[in-house]
Amino acid sequence: MATYTPTRPVDQLGHDRQPPSPPLGGGGDDGRGEGSPNYGVRLRRARLGMICAIATICMVFVSLTSALIVRRGLPTFDDASRTYSRDWGGVQLPWLLLEINTAILLISSLTMEGARRGIARRAALAPVRSIPGVSLGEERNFPWLGVTVILGFAFLVGQGIAWADLRSRGFFVSTNPDSSFVYLFTAAHAVHLMGGIIALFWGITSLLHRPIEGRRIVVDVVAWYWHFMAVLWIYVFALLAFAR
Amino acid sequence: MATAATVHAHAPQGFIRKYIFSLDHKVIGLQYFFLALTAVFVGMFLSLLMRIHLVWPAAVLPLVGEIRPETYLSLLTMHGTIMVFFVLTTAPQGGFGNYFLPIQIGAPDMAFPVLNMLSFWTTFVGFVVIIAAFFVLGGAPLHGWTGYPPLSAVQSAGPGEGLGADLWITSIAIFCLASLMGALNFLTTTLDMRAKGMTMMRMPLTVWSWFITAILGLLAFGVLLSAGILLLMDRNLGTSFYVPLVVINGQIMQHKGGSPLLWQHLFWFFGHPEVYIAILPGMGVTSQILSTFSRKPIFGYKAMVYAMLAIGFLGFMVWGHHMFMSGMSPYSAFAFSLLTMCIGVPSAIKTFNWLGTMYKARIRFHTPMLYAIGFVSLFVSGGLSGPFLAQPVLDIQLHDTYFVVGHFHLIMGVAAIFGMFAATYYWFPKMFGRMMNETWGRVHFFITLIGTYCIFMPMHYLGIAGGTRRYSQYTEVAYLTKLMPLHQVMTYAAIITIAAQFIFVINLFWSMFKGPKASDNPWESTTLEWTTATPPPHDNFGGVTPVVYHGPYEYGVPGAAKDYVMQTDPASVPAAH
Repeated sequence: MATYTPTRPVDQLGHDRQPPSPPLGGGGDDGRGEGSPNYGVRLRRARLGMICAIATICMVFVSLTSALIVRRGLPTFDDASRTYSRDWGGVQLPWLLLEINTAILLISSLTMEGARRGIARRAALAPVRSIPGVSLGEERNFPWLGVTVILGFAFLVGQGIAWADLRSRGFFVSTNPDSSFVYLFTAAHAVHLMGGIIALFWGITSLLHRPIEGRRIVVDVVAWYWHFMAVLWIYVFALLAFAR
Repeated sequence: MATAATVHAHAPQGFIRKYIFSLDHKVIGLQYFFLALTAVFVGMFLSLLMRIHLVWPAAVLPLVGEIRPETYLSLLTMHGTIMVFFVLTTAPQGGFGNYFLPIQIGAPDMAFPVLNMLSFWTTFVGFVVIIAAFFVLGGAPLHGWTGYPPLSAVQSAGPGEGLGADLWITSIAIFCLASLMGALNFLTTTLDMRAKGMTMMRMPLTVWSWFITAILGLLAFGVLLSAGILLLMDRNLGTSFYVPLVVINGQIMQHKGGSPLLWQHLFWFFGHPEVYIAILPGMGVTSQILSTFSRKPIFGYKAMVYAMLAIGFLGFMVWGHHMFMSGMSPYSAFAFSLLTMCIGVPSAIKTFNWLGTMYKARIRFHTPMLYAIGFVSLFVSGGLSGPFLAQPVLDIQLHDTYFVVGHFHLIMGVAAIFGMFAATYYWFPKMFGRMMNETWGRVHFFITLIGTYCIFMPMHYLGIAGGTRRYSQYTEVAYLTKLMPLHQVMTYAAIITIAAQFIFVINLFWSMFKGPKASDNPWESTTLEWTTATPPPHDNFGGVTPVVYHGPYEYGVPGAAKDYVMQTDPASVPAAH
């Protein structure tokens, strides 16, 4: 390396005819992997990963939506009458219960945001607190994360009650196509939300002994995910309402 | 030029952490590589059985016995599925991408090493699950790798459509999850972990190809996952997403109102980008190798990047060309046809640039270069039949014939595999610290190139003559019996070509332990992986962070002491540095 002595101006090197840039040009990273204390870089990276994950979840729900639209418009051949008819419709959703569930999830999104901001503030103040002789006073930490987990569970229980209600009225997964989609969409959302709850549990328990900056990364990206779950539920709720 | 790193990553100790559940992207890359190598031999063995059966339908084979029609369909299904998912998707992206993407951008590892490990082991589980389909009651499914319902959606539709088909769908769903984890990691790593000076337009074209492939994977596999869930529900929960009112063996099924075409739309929305997921990394490595061994900068670097982006973008808009026979509106068919032919433009740009790179070059004909040239040849041969199939009127004639089989095997199968061979011969010294045997590499290349052409070119003639695919016995169809000599040629060629792959495997493993020691940069390449030790240390650059000053293909620079300038070479930086 470094044996090359240019005889041409440097701006004639390269496909793009641009001079070799100094070290500050381009590139996105100055962290050195998992052992790095550079939490800002790791937070940015985790958020980027979360955006990718959200994009793919969007594709899952977009494709399910397209399936719903197609299936809703299909006629069904009735063997008895030898005619085509529409088999969509008939499912009566427990709207009040679903609205309560929606409210619970939206409130949990607020509490999650409280947790995210709280831990971001504590992480920002951590270096100051570590200075000997400096005191910022006692800060009351509201258990935002715990409340969020409880509300998340409450939402899932509410969804379970909604399914039980549907079953009690004779609407099962295979009863008709719209009942199939009701179960499909709500279950798909619930599975994803369960993933968020597991991540929060992990954030609360496993990371207790980690530096607060590390916990902040987990809470921050889970908060993004949680807000996305709330938005996604609004979408599912609206879709089920419009697709009746 | 490099700056000292602040923190050194410690290499894991112990066999389990170092080689099994490793977080090191290089180990994970090798795990993917060997998984794909296993899968390709399984898939190849299945194809050998099929070819033998086609020519000698009554043959009783050792271990397998006589192949019945339904067994033939199972072999066909499993061959396609294993090859598409566990070879063509796994090796180029999971294998070489995992190993070399972080090094080529100057990163110490992937962005999320734990996720990376999970991604591999999830893929491994997916492979075990699909292999298990051979051994369950009823055997492997027979609905083809495209899994069209109602055949795939009704358990009683045929042998293998019971538990075997459930395992098949489950395996694909698992594979989707693994691929999504991998894609997320590739994108984040590329966007956020590039070394200083490594601008997007200084990335090697291999990195661009893995990056674009990851975007395609991120958007496509979620759709296949959804489609698979709906299929599982139809099969096991009695829903009717895909299944209309059907009568099987005189019995009216409970399903009604579903649409098999819904599956086709969802499947091909994934399926066509999947073609590019398989082939784009091959394009990347071919560009890299052609430039290196031609000792010239790649012709039209930016055009190559934009062409790959265009191919990826257009790839999501052409799924309907797989469904011209489905009774779609002629207007839709026209749109899909036009968009499909548009893909010919960026593909032609790439081909032109590859040829331009080699034009008037002092080419070094090492084995990787031979395979890269082979890739271009196969890409052109297989690609030229694409515009034929993109015409609805022609496709109606050629649909479900061997013309299609020949087309996609050349363009998606063999070309992609030539890309993998090129990558293996090219990067083997870096991965294992030794050189592969050149002579046997060339023997392997020429037998494989001639062999694959002998297998797949006649398929085009078969298809034009009306030779339908997926029939297990052509001897029973009067007009097809006249085509049997072509089948015999293809089968003999397949036997020879498959036998030649053992040359590769023996060369691979022999060279791993007995090959001559490789220097750090045996090909005199310019990209970052050739600046580090061979094989690379745990943190890739031995505690230093590379700094990039040039584009990736600075070959043949006039006035230079050597005919190449490494990306990290600061010597050409003016005195201000």
